Amino acid sequence: MGIYLELFWSFIQVGMFSIGGGYAALPLIQSQVVERHGWLTAGEFNDLITIAEMTPGPMAVNSATFVGIRIAGIPGALVATFGCILPSLILVSILAKLYFKYQNLDAIQNILGRLRPVIIALIAAAALSILKTVVASEGGLSVNGINLSGILLAAGAFFVLRRTKKSPILIMVACGGVNLLLNLLI
Amino acid sequence: MRKKNTLLQLFLNMLYISAFTFGGGFVIITLMKRKFCDELGWLGEKEMLDITALAQSSPGAIAVNAAILVGWKLAGAAGMAVAVTGTIIPPIAILSAISYIYEAFASNVYVGYVLKGMQAGVVAVLFDVVYTMGAGVVKAKSWLNYGLMAAAFLATAVWKINVVYIILAAVAVGILSRGYAKWREGKP
Repeated sequence: MGIYLELFWSFIQVGMFSIGGGYAALPLIQSQVVERHGWLTAGEFNDLITIAEMTPGPMAVNSATFVGIRIAGIPGALVATFGCILPSLILVSILAKLYFKYQNLDAIQNILGRLRPVIIALIAAAALSILKTVVASEGGLSVNGINLSGILLAAGAFFVLRRTKKSPILIMVACGGVNLLLNLLI
Repeated sequence: MRKKNTLLQLFLNMLYISAFTFGGGFVIITLMKRKFCDELGWLGEKEMLDITALAQSSPGAIAVNAAILVGWKLAGAAGMAVAVTGTIIPPIAILSAISYIYEAFASNVYVGYVLKGMQAGVVAVLFDVVYTMGAGVVKAKSWLNYGLMAAAFLATAVWKINVVYIILAAVAVGILSRGYAKWREGKP
C-alpha cells in the first residue's frame, strides 16, 4: 500500500507544479523520481526521456506510466498516472466552467483577442524548433550536415495538407513510411 | 441518444488523436483543431485558440488540459471524463508495452527512420494551422496584434522565455489596451 501512496503523491506534485507542459515537467520528474526516491537511476531517466520522445503522449503521463510499472507493475502505472492528471482535473475543470460561462463578456473577449495572435506565434515557434531537429538529423540525403530529404518531406507534406485537406494523422504516418523507404534505398 | 453518440465520438476521436501525438502539447492541440473545428464543426476556431491558451497556462500536461476543456464544452463532466480517458489510454498502453523492451526499441534504426519522417510531417501539420489561423489575424488589421504576434515569437524562439510569462504578458496588454480605449472614450 505504501508504495502506491508514494507514487500517487509524487506524481500529484509533478502534475501540480509543471506549467507549460513537456520539457517544463522534466526537472520536476527528475527530482521526484531520481533524487528523492531513487526509483530510477540517472541512466534510466535518460532512457525514459528518449522513449517519451519516441512515443505519443505527454511527457508527464509517459513518465508516470514508465516509473509506475517498474516500481509496482500495472497498478503502479495507473496510480501514478492518475496522480499526475488529478491536479489538472480539479483546476482546469473549474477554469473550463468559468471560461464557458464568461467567454462572451466584453472584457474577457478583449483579453482573449490579444492572446490569440500570441498563441499562433507560439505554435509557429514550436514548429520551427521541430523543423530544426529534422534539418540537423542524420540519414537520407544530407549535404553539409543539412538533411535535405527531411526538408523536402516537410515541404511536400505541407503542400499536400494545404491542397487536399487530408487527415493530418494520415500525412504524418505517410511521412514516416516515406522516410523509412528512403533510408532503406539510399 | 444524441448525447451518447457525442460521448462515443469524443472518446474515439481523442483515443485516435492521442495515439498519434508525437512531439508535445501543441501537436495534439493542432490535431484537435483539425478534427473538432474543421471536420466536425463542434468548436469555433477562436474557441480553440482560447482553449490552447488556457491549457498552456494551467498546471499539468497540455494534452490532458485541452481534453478537459474540450470535453467540458461538448458534454459537461461526462464529456470531460470521456475525453481525458481517451487521451491517456494510448500513452499508458504504449509505454507499458515498451517499458519491457525499451533497449531494443530505442536503439532500433528502422523505428528511428519512421519517427524522423513523422517529425517532418508534424512540422507540416503545425505550419498548416499557423497559416490558416495566422491569415485570420492578418485580415483583422490590428497593429497591436501584429506586434504581439512578433514579440511572442521572438520571446519564445529567440529569447527562450517561459511560455507562461508570455501568456501573462499578453493578458496584461489586453487589460491595458482596453483600459486605454475606455479612457479615450471618456475624454471629451
